[in-house]
Amino acid sequence: MNWFRFILQNREQVLELTGEHLWLVGTSTLLAAVIGIPLGVLISRRPLWNKPVLGSANIIQTIPSLALFGFLLPVPWLGARADRLAILALTLYALLPIIRNTYTGIRGVDAAVVEAGRGMGMTERQLLFQVQLPLAMSVILSGVRVAVVISVGLATIAAAIGAGGLGEFIFRGLAMVDDKVILAGAIPAAILALGADFSLGWLEKSLRAP
Amino acid sequence: MLAAMQSTVKPGNTGPIIEFRDVAYRVGDVQILVGLNLQVQFGETLVLLGRSGSGKTTTLKLVNRLVAPTAGEVRVRGVPNTEADVIRLRRGIGYVIQEVGLFPHFTVERNIGVVPRIEGWADEKIRARVEELLQLVGLEREIMSRYPHQLSGGQRQRVGVARALAADPEMLLMDEPFGALDPLTRDELQSEFLALQQRLNKTVVFVTHDLREALRLGSRVALMEAGHLVTVLSPQEFVRSTDRWASAYVRAFGEGLESVANRGAS
Repeated sequence: MNWFRFILQNREQVLELTGEHLWLVGTSTLLAAVIGIPLGVLISRRPLWNKPVLGSANIIQTIPSLALFGFLLPVPWLGARADRLAILALTLYALLPIIRNTYTGIRGVDAAVVEAGRGMGMTERQLLFQVQLPLAMSVILSGVRVAVVISVGLATIAAAIGAGGLGEFIFRGLAMVDDKVILAGAIPAAILALGADFSLGWLEKSLRAP
Repeated sequence: MLAAMQSTVKPGNTGPIIEFRDVAYRVGDVQILVGLNLQVQFGETLVLLGRSGSGKTTTLKLVNRLVAPTAGEVRVRGVPNTEADVIRLRRGIGYVIQEVGLFPHFTVERNIGVVPRIEGWADEKIRARVEELLQLVGLEREIMSRYPHQLSGGQRQRVGVARALAADPEMLLMDEPFGALDPLTRDELQSEFLALQQRLNKTVVFVTHDLREALRLGSRVALMEAGHLVTVLSPQEFVRSTDRWASAYVRAFGEGLESVANRGAS
């Protein structure tokens, strides 16, 4: 349990890096939700936009993360601060599961329910906010959940461009060939991922239509 | 001039409340409805009878413009329904469908209060109206806080009817509302429908494929087949009709229809 002692000895730094990690993941997920949910809603109503939007999000997903961080480095305003850059990259990665689940969730709402609402004279806006989004919420949240878990892992790589986070321990440990230092980064990251997964899973369940 | 003439057509007066004029509906090359001419009179229950794919549901959806005709026009209260504000039009027409379409995330109270709420009624007024409607359709007050999945099929269907009546529309469109119920519950709800209709005197367009139901509930029965309106008959005329399709229906449903037809008329 060398790594455990190492964490205790360096708990201040572990906490600081965990905080940075949370900042990277939290901000990027929030941004991805703010962009991705409306996009998902859009493509659920405009089938023509479906392919280009999901296609682009898919392509982004295939870019190796280290390469994406590298590509973005020379961009003027972004490159100036590594955490900005990392947040942008993480946001891009988080888009696909959020867009896709929003789309699937809205398309999955019982057609009879939507038609009844429309037939009773609900406007498209009322249908969206009072019927479709609430009924799709648990599916959308499960997309957010996938995005968060992916982000927690990806954010460790952000340390390679100096954006901080628990990846610093991992890269340092790799350079020093020292398992306990690697674990000091990897284990808190795993706990973060599990914690986020669990709490979002709980939220998802409690929001599921009764 | 024309507008002035139209405005003199008031509900309750002589003119038909719903009128189909040479209506056709086509999806791509598939002709769903052809040359439909039909009038629905104020206060009557017009039943659209036909098998699956005969165009009866499409005919219903033309009224509240869930479907727009590819030819001809549908007039509601004397005005082509393409000229009316579609949201206003729909809020003035109650709509009940077979799968009920109750909102699964809303309680019974919120489900029934949907139209009053989007119409901006005050909360107390909505609540009072919901209680009144529950009583009208024969449901206990306790049911208000339940969700649709906690109700039986018959209760859900009653809630569906209550919801359609919430804003007191003149017209009701009912698309096989009792189709998914067991025979006993269906029989109960049909009786209640007749009793309710006697009190409320709404104009109802009712879709079914069940001849018994059509004869029992309808003041007139419009028989549809493959996108055409075959004939419109009273229940008593229907059972005696020599029309090819009407008599085919009567044969398929067998004995005892005369009494059903006469009960519906009483």
